Amino acid sequence: MKRSVFVLFVIAVLTVASVACAAPANPVLRVITWSGYAPQELLDKFTAETGYKVEITLSNNEEMISKLRATRGGGFDLAQPSQDRISSVVEQYGIYQPIDYARINEDQIDPSLLAAVKKNTLVDGKSYAVPHIYGTEGLVINKAKAPDVKDFKDLLDPKYAGRVSYRMKRPTLIGMGFSLGYDPFSLYGKPEEYQKFLDEMEKVLIAGKPSVKTYWDNGDQLLQLLRSGEVWAASAWEQAGWKLHGENPDIDYIAPASGALAWVDTFAIPARSENLEGAYAYINFMLRPENAAFFTNRETYGTASKDAVNFLDPEIKANFTRGLPPEVLAKINWYPTVPAGIEEMEGRTLDKVKAAR
Amino acid sequence: MGGRGRLHLGFLFFFLPVALWLLLLIVLPHLELLRLSFTSSRPGGFTLGNYMAFFSEPIYWLTFVRTALYSILVTFLVMAIALPVAFYITKVARVRAGGLLMALILVPFWVSELIRVYGWIILLRESGVINRLFTALGLFSQPVELLYNDVAMILGLVYTSMLFMVVPIVGVMDALDDALIEAAYDLGASKTAIWRTIIIPHCMPGMVSGGIIVFMLALGSYLTPNLMGGKNSLWFTEQIYNQIILYFNWNQGAAFGFLLLLLSSLIIWIALRITGQNLGEVVK
Repeated sequence: MKRSVFVLFVIAVLTVASVACAAPANPVLRVITWSGYAPQELLDKFTAETGYKVEITLSNNEEMISKLRATRGGGFDLAQPSQDRISSVVEQYGIYQPIDYARINEDQIDPSLLAAVKKNTLVDGKSYAVPHIYGTEGLVINKAKAPDVKDFKDLLDPKYAGRVSYRMKRPTLIGMGFSLGYDPFSLYGKPEEYQKFLDEMEKVLIAGKPSVKTYWDNGDQLLQLLRSGEVWAASAWEQAGWKLHGENPDIDYIAPASGALAWVDTFAIPARSENLEGAYAYINFMLRPENAAFFTNRETYGTASKDAVNFLDPEIKANFTRGLPPEVLAKINWYPTVPAGIEEMEGRTLDKVKAAR
Repeated sequence: MGGRGRLHLGFLFFFLPVALWLLLLIVLPHLELLRLSFTSSRPGGFTLGNYMAFFSEPIYWLTFVRTALYSILVTFLVMAIALPVAFYITKVARVRAGGLLMALILVPFWVSELIRVYGWIILLRESGVINRLFTALGLFSQPVELLYNDVAMILGLVYTSMLFMVVPIVGVMDALDDALIEAAYDLGASKTAIWRTIIIPHCMPGMVSGGIIVFMLALGSYLTPNLMGGKNSLWFTEQIYNQIILYFNWNQGAAFGFLLLLLSSLIIWIALRITGQNLGEVVK
């Protein structure tokens, strides 16, 4: 009898101990974000200023949604999804909570971007995100070897067989569509017509498949392909182009003639965030002009912080005036919110292209 | 309380963590996945649509057939390479050299699969080591792309799963009495006859258990086909990843997962039937 009581006692102690461990010991802010979005210098400054220790988890849009969906909006205090990936997941899975804009220092933020993001993340009269960083997807070309590539459709040119690369992801479908004269975003609301458009893109991309070296899958792979001269033209982000431009002046980013595709990454607060105070402090801290400029100088992404431009390094400023001047920005196709079901359709098309011989 | 009761409680104490682990982390998630696989991705009740999609959409079952056939090919290639290697280690090399050779086979597995695959990429790419060497020697007039094709992918899969065939075969081959081989030689048997009638039948349990492991590893591999196969590499595991992570269609992904489990079990069952082995014998 004694022994059985002892066993029960041990089990009880273990249970209590494991419950006690689950409670937060010190104020920690758990952020799920993209690689490079949280430089250590800024994190140290933030900790010194507010006392919150920041735990960073690196991720991407799809994983962010899948992880938060699995925990029903728990496990993280702040997330950084793209603006087009918010309203539909709020409607479907309820993984984010509305932003209290009174707690955001809105004077620091570019008003047009803020308005666009508020509009795009509107669900039942409440908005769910604050803009942080934007970037574009266009073309990175080696001008010495592929001078004629001006638009996404030129990546299909047999002249450059074996020397082009793009991602087998949705931006390729959409960019190719724009450059072939479609307006994919306007078809989002009409599934049948969008399916017709996708079938058309499937044919185009399968026909263009022999020209492709490989479908690139991650940033390092893309850089290696372009740097080694194995690939002359690729669909890519401006950062890749500018980075390579620094190493080899022949390589540079250009916005496609039909307009670059652009995304905005935001701050959004998971539904079961355990540190709201810290989350809002972090948002305001990261959008402060000198902090935002520190980030842009390092990672060369555009920032939603209005006055950050005053703190930019000259060569970084030069990249923006060369690659993304106002007339290019005016032509940008901003990603709208993706309605439910669209990604499933796109997924099937992408699978078919990838499986085709 | 008598002795039996104590035993019972002590057993419970040790059994409970294992049972909870299995139940909470393995059985329950699988039941949830099973439920998901039978529900529609759009709000709705019970459906077989996710399973039907596999059969009605040719790309899905064709991808599976391709994955399975390539995995079988990989299994046989690995077997063909592992048999002589194991024979050399156990029968030809001296005891200490055999240990060293085993260590050499083990060492690459101390680094992760990703690093090993990147090693191959550095060797095979158009601007890679092999191309540089061969063009410098004048064997290639210009660099050739060796990566991003099925051969590179098979090579990667064979390399990453070699160990799991060599170890079980070495295990059974050790137990093979040298006298049998010597006697066969004395009686004038040819080398092929010795392999066919003595060594391979004796090693069959090891080959089959190694084969099951290698087949499952190749079938469940994600990194190697993706990184080395390039544009034509669609692997069935990638379909599952895409459905769940990229398209948020957990229901379809779950259905694919269970189909993979069922179909690969079926293939192994058939293989065991053909080779006349039974699972209990093989996993011993």
